[in-house]
Amino acid sequence: MSGYASGIVAILCINLIFAYAIFVTAAAGQLNLGGAGFQAIGAYAAAWLSSSAHMPASVTIPLAILASALVGFLISFPVLRTRGVYMVLATFAFGQFVSGFLLRSPTFGGAIGMVVADYVGVGALIICAVLTTVLVFFLMASRLGLAIRSIHDDELVSTIMGVNVRAVQVAMFTLGGALAGLSGALYAHHFSFVEAQYFNSLLSIYVLLFVLIGGTQTAWGPLVGSLFFTLLPEVMRVGGSWRYVVFGVVIVLMMVLRPQGIVTRALVARLSPRNWWPASSNGAKRVADAG
Amino acid sequence: MSEATATTSLRSLPVRPILLAIAVLAAIAVAILAGGKVIAQQMVSGLMLGSIYMTVAVAFTLTIGVLNFLNFTIPTLFMLTGMVAWGVLSRGYLSAAGGWGWLLALLIGIAVAVVASLIVERFTFRYLKTRHGDATEHAIPLVSSLGFLLIFEHLVLIALGSEAQRFPVPFKADLYALGLVIGLPQLASLLLALGIVATLTYVLKRTRMGRALRTIAESPDTASLLGVDVGRIVPVVFILTGLLSGVAAALFTVNYGDVSPFMGEHIGTKAIAAMVLGGLGSVWGAVAGGLLVGLAETLSIHVLGGDSVQMVVWGLLLVVIILRPQGLFGASAIGKAKL
Repeated sequence: MSGYASGIVAILCINLIFAYAIFVTAAAGQLNLGGAGFQAIGAYAAAWLSSSAHMPASVTIPLAILASALVGFLISFPVLRTRGVYMVLATFAFGQFVSGFLLRSPTFGGAIGMVVADYVGVGALIICAVLTTVLVFFLMASRLGLAIRSIHDDELVSTIMGVNVRAVQVAMFTLGGALAGLSGALYAHHFSFVEAQYFNSLLSIYVLLFVLIGGTQTAWGPLVGSLFFTLLPEVMRVGGSWRYVVFGVVIVLMMVLRPQGIVTRALVARLSPRNWWPASSNGAKRVADAG
Repeated sequence: MSEATATTSLRSLPVRPILLAIAVLAAIAVAILAGGKVIAQQMVSGLMLGSIYMTVAVAFTLTIGVLNFLNFTIPTLFMLTGMVAWGVLSRGYLSAAGGWGWLLALLIGIAVAVVASLIVERFTFRYLKTRHGDATEHAIPLVSSLGFLLIFEHLVLIALGSEAQRFPVPFKADLYALGLVIGLPQLASLLLALGIVATLTYVLKRTRMGRALRTIAESPDTASLLGVDVGRIVPVVFILTGLLSGVAAALFTVNYGDVSPFMGEHIGTKAIAAMVLGGLGSVWGAVAGGLLVGLAETLSIHVLGGDSVQMVVWGLLLVVIILRPQGLFGASAIGKAKL
């Protein structure tokens, strides 16, 4: 693999894991616009453990996941008091607070950033991305996944049907924190350098866009979204700024034409191999159910 | 469900914006009496900066209050005004206007912001029509506005470059009172900003259009049942948004004399903070919040150093939005049902 290609693959893997971190909360109806904050916690935990405590990546990455999962768990209680626009603002404030804190903290290098000792190759990144994808697909296919979907569609009805909404939402925030931490730790170890300025509000915005444009109904959404938005700028070799203009136009058009995201449950059902032969009445029924 | 908000909130404190204003003035007086001229000067510049934040915060709070929509294009509209004004001035299109070219340029900038805001309305404000009925649908206009943020910002970068530019304003008049330096344009902008907000409050409270806006804020469906032409009233919010952001940018440009393609981000985040402090949907809350953030910023730079501002402001904001989602000053003026 050339340096250019492996660079793109690395970013794609990190973005994909990060997108799944935001997806698991969004799938349960909670928008997290502070993703960069969670990712920064993972990245800085890994960087600090690696540089100051001289631990290998095999130790720092699990510890970084643990740290950001813990933060996700703890922050979920106050954040889940809020809804809608308030939750967007609260998580946004959280992300800004974390990057502001890191920028000011001398322990973590402040504005200068930190050099990370241990290097993790692109192969490990691919393995982690694949495992995350499989995990989230499994999650969405499980009983818990059903609860997540029902909360996404109607919280009140889910409560009535006996779903412990609060517990599921807390679990998703914790899992989201863990996955964001994983993506951050991988970022730190792969690029060997972290700085607070990278984990800015624009990063939080982009990753939320990956998820919402991809679609929050199925686990395919973040996969398609992050593939689309990581590869689109590479494919469109138009000059610098025009690329972002096109990106913006694509986003606006998507929201006008297909606000539920690229991949929906109905689309997945239609493309599923089980429904390739419409003669089977069972398959047709499944499409109807999913739609 | 998505329109409801935090279930629990603390008992409403009996704080009124007017009381806060008096407290601030009293604090300035005390600071001057104590001989803390440096602090007093900081407070004056904080209030001036706050008047800019306040105008932008009112734009944010209006869109949230009426449409439940966090409009991320507002910082871009702010930037658009400054950069377009600089663009038309520096390319010499306005040389015929002579000494008043700068004013004409700013007016053109504001007009561009209003038009841009209407374009945003055309493509984002769709959720009255599209309801696929799940928990993330309120994010649709938000996501579109993020798209527009990218479009406008990068169009400006293409057309006008990424450099910060000096915007020449032909006058510089300072007022000396009680040993403090008060810039006349700053004072004028504080008064102008307060005037705009007062007018807006009057329009919302007393006029037919204001009543229509408040009805939409409570419930778009009920509003249209009661004969409010929602499709024609909603653009008014966006015109006001463009106008407020544009005027704030014009005031900023006149006061500080420079523009850049990134001028909106800093102002935008501070204005969001101001809106949250004042309570989402509350116009006078945004005014008080804007002045408060302006003060907090200059004072914390003075006391703690520049790096800490982001941490202090956003940490405070997180606490406020979780503990007092209705803002520091109690009930909101518009869109009560959403709070």
